Amino acid sequence: MSYLEYTVKTTPTGPRKVLFFNWGLIVLLTAVACVGFLMLYSVAGGSFSPWAEPQMKRFALGLGVMFFVGLVPIWFWRNMSVVAYLASILLLLAVEVVGIEGKGAQRWIDLGFMRLQPSELMKITLVMLLAAYYDRLPMARTSRPLWVLIPVLLILLPVVLVLRQPDLGTSILLLCTGSLVMFLAGVHWSYFAAVIATGIGTVTAVFQSRGTDWQMLANYQYKRIDTFLDPSSDPLGAGYHITQSKIALGSGGWTGRGFMQGTQSRLNFLPEKHTDFIFTTLAEEFGFLGAFSLLCLYVLIIVFSISTALSNKDRFSSLLILGVAVTFFLFFAVNMSMVMGLAPVVGVPLPLVSYGGSAMLILMLGFGFVQSAHIHKPR
Amino acid sequence: MRRPTRDTAQSQRKITRRGLILGGAQAGFVGLLALRMRHLQVEQADQYRLLADENRINIRLIPPARGRIFDRNGLVVAENIPSYRITMVREEAGDIDEVIARLARLIELDEAELESALEDLKELRGDTPVTIADRVSWEAISRVAVNTPSLPGVTPEVGLSRHYPLAADYAHIVGYVGPVSDRDLERIDAPDALLLIPRFQIGKIGLESRREDLLRGYAGTKRVEVNAAGRVMRELDRREGQAGADVQISVDNKLQTYVSARLEGESAAAVVIDCDSGDLLACASAPSFDPNLFVRGISVADYNALLENQYRPLPNKAVQGIYPPGSTFKMITALAALEDGQIDVNETVYCPGHLEVSNRRFHCWKRAGHGNVNLHRSLRESCDVFYYELALRTGIEKISAMAKRLGLGVPHELPMTSVAAGLAPTKDWKLASKGEEWVIGDSVNSAIGQGFVLASPLQLAIMTARLATGRAVSPRLVKSVDGVDQPTGHGEPLGLNENNLREVRKAMFAVSNNRRGTGYGSRIIADAFRMAGKTGTSQVRNITAAERARGVTRNADLPWNRRDHALFVDFAPFDNPKVAVAVVVEHGGGGSRAAAPIARDITLQALYGEDPPLDAYPAKDRARIRDLQERLRRRRPGSGTDGSDRA
Repeated sequence: MSYLEYTVKTTPTGPRKVLFFNWGLIVLLTAVACVGFLMLYSVAGGSFSPWAEPQMKRFALGLGVMFFVGLVPIWFWRNMSVVAYLASILLLLAVEVVGIEGKGAQRWIDLGFMRLQPSELMKITLVMLLAAYYDRLPMARTSRPLWVLIPVLLILLPVVLVLRQPDLGTSILLLCTGSLVMFLAGVHWSYFAAVIATGIGTVTAVFQSRGTDWQMLANYQYKRIDTFLDPSSDPLGAGYHITQSKIALGSGGWTGRGFMQGTQSRLNFLPEKHTDFIFTTLAEEFGFLGAFSLLCLYVLIIVFSISTALSNKDRFSSLLILGVAVTFFLFFAVNMSMVMGLAPVVGVPLPLVSYGGSAMLILMLGFGFVQSAHIHKPR
Repeated sequence: MRRPTRDTAQSQRKITRRGLILGGAQAGFVGLLALRMRHLQVEQADQYRLLADENRINIRLIPPARGRIFDRNGLVVAENIPSYRITMVREEAGDIDEVIARLARLIELDEAELESALEDLKELRGDTPVTIADRVSWEAISRVAVNTPSLPGVTPEVGLSRHYPLAADYAHIVGYVGPVSDRDLERIDAPDALLLIPRFQIGKIGLESRREDLLRGYAGTKRVEVNAAGRVMRELDRREGQAGADVQISVDNKLQTYVSARLEGESAAAVVIDCDSGDLLACASAPSFDPNLFVRGISVADYNALLENQYRPLPNKAVQGIYPPGSTFKMITALAALEDGQIDVNETVYCPGHLEVSNRRFHCWKRAGHGNVNLHRSLRESCDVFYYELALRTGIEKISAMAKRLGLGVPHELPMTSVAAGLAPTKDWKLASKGEEWVIGDSVNSAIGQGFVLASPLQLAIMTARLATGRAVSPRLVKSVDGVDQPTGHGEPLGLNENNLREVRKAMFAVSNNRRGTGYGSRIIADAFRMAGKTGTSQVRNITAAERARGVTRNADLPWNRRDHALFVDFAPFDNPKVAVAVVVEHGGGGSRAAAPIARDITLQALYGEDPPLDAYPAKDRARIRDLQERLRRRRPGSGTDGSDRA
């Protein structure tokens, strides 16, 4: 169904649109953000500065962005997909030139009021573009090699750019998000089987290349993988993050050590305790119950998103919503796996909880599209 | 563009199917996460809780306060004063140079100290606190404390440091402490964990080193919560250690400071022993040095200055300096001969000024000779030929045995560094150490305290005390430990014939009080305190026959380090000996001129317990003595205090 089928009669207009927001989703997002404020307040030693307060402001800004994006008709956004994608690519290229070095990687562009990570923006615009692409592509051609190659190239371009920064984590996330959108769009499963087989081959190659002059990753990335495979090999060096993080999680027990009582975060044993590793503080202070509750909130957000997507008859909308949900899922799944020692330490924040502007705004932007699709769905 | 409805419906079905498949996969992964969470947080919770506690709880040693040292009247000789220092932790500091620049704007930083600190900061682990400035003032430390927010990683710390308020006067007795060195650790078999604390101070020399066992005390422990950088956040509990024992030494500060002042300007040593208890009332070696310099870590320049000083300030000449005792040895030779029955008190020997022994001529100091001398006169006027004769009659073995009985050539147990045993030579000793046979000339030389005989000022004082009392008086430095008195060195009777001893003492009395005695110039005229002494002049060079023919070069014309050592020993009061004194002035020239006046002044000071009245001195000396007393009083700022500083 294309936008031509929408009629003024069936689509809410003006202030009435507010009633058609998916309010359940908004409540869930706010709940997760509040968990974030609480934890940022705690890791700052019971203080709103330096993290909780700016985070609240950013969330307020994010909500504003979501409302604004939600009120704009979805077909406008569909028409903007190519522009957004190209803009993101340009920003990624710009990082190469004027990017600020942060933790051994070029990732940010300083916009003055905030630091923008174009790779985060790319996650959403890539989903948009792919959704728009499959919206236009007749169903019958979906699995034809030529029509499969085009989205593959569209995915690989930003992946390569992000990898050059170098940011392994984000490039893998981009790759996964893009592939999953293709999967959702109905591309034949045999392609995925082939890609996964190739992927395994590539990983083998990457490890084989280590130490040779055609080494494919930076040394620190190899080291992180090593540490992941055997964190105890370097407990004070590279494995420190994972070891301390697991200690924090484990020492939380069933009910945790109490709000602001976590010794691991209080005494600075936890690295990056306000950003990537904030989940460990939650788990330490509120125990299994707290950590599991947050996981449930995340699951509910995914469930709400999927149901919203499946109840939408517009192909672009469904794919976009599912893509945003996949992005969101990958954020928390990778972050939690990482702090629990199931995945290598790659810089992926816990969505809406970790301190940081880019990721939060981008996610809220994504949920803005979800709201827009929901409001303007064909009825 | 409008697509057929069939296509739309088909795609919708596909998306729904794929969406549900993906949702299922996601649910599966979430399940995995939840299981992992349960595994870590529920099943292994205890193990991780333990690890978290191990992380945060550190057991730290509490260094005990080192025992203090007091003089016999309770005056503080060594104490612990708060010492402030500024440390820095690299990990917390971030930009080291910037932080140090900020610190330098607040307080003065020592260039050399800073340089070595920067080196440590680079080399040591990032979480090790490195001292940036040591011994900073209270003002400086408060300025840093106020500004800590702008000085990340910088901590003002308070510790205890050793301080010697009387500085140089006790440097040789008490010694000093310093930070444990690698060499110290090698020396000790099972080091106390305390020694591994950086900059922990242990005794390096003197009493501080020898009675480290008493002074150090025992470490306490505390359990503290630390953060990841190792900084202590709070204390959980503590078990107190035990402070080191307070040690009271036998030295009388008033006398010690007087003796130090009196020796100033010479390379000399003096020892004063209490004849009853063996207490070392004073024990000084001049020149001295400020032990506080070593506690701080002495600069290379200061240390080289001490090393290059030809008067050698570092060694304790009073106990580790050994000298040929010269004529002060004659009492021993005399007693050995008397006890052996080789000579009668009234027997005379003719002194022509020299004695031929196996084709070698041994000279008396008086070229013209003394004529007929008996034992009394031989000591009084220090005739050498008389003792050559005694040596020939008695033999070295008996003389050496007598020397050992009187405390020469045997080690004395004193808690000071390198207490020398000296040497009372025997035939076996010479064969064993030099591989040569003893010759008769060796005996002749030994009889007048030359040749191989060596004794420290301490030993000479012990010898004098033993002669004065007839008991085996032994020295004592530690008077009490934590208020518990230590055994005295009163000593058992030596078993010498009292008549013989009396003859020797009478002769010594004559040395100081007979107009012809060699020590007459430095007598005491206060009746109650008259002393008995003996001069000694020991050669440090051989006088060749040619030189003797020309006329022996006068000491004043020789370079300082070729001049004779001047010695004097005495005890007083003669009737009821209270103190025994030995003085050695290195290269001072004649004993009667250089050493005797010092010994007399010290003796009087010891007997009166303060500056003696002028009428204790011979009339013609009084003007000079008054000036000297004036001068020395100015030199001793603390001489007015008594035990009022008692802690």
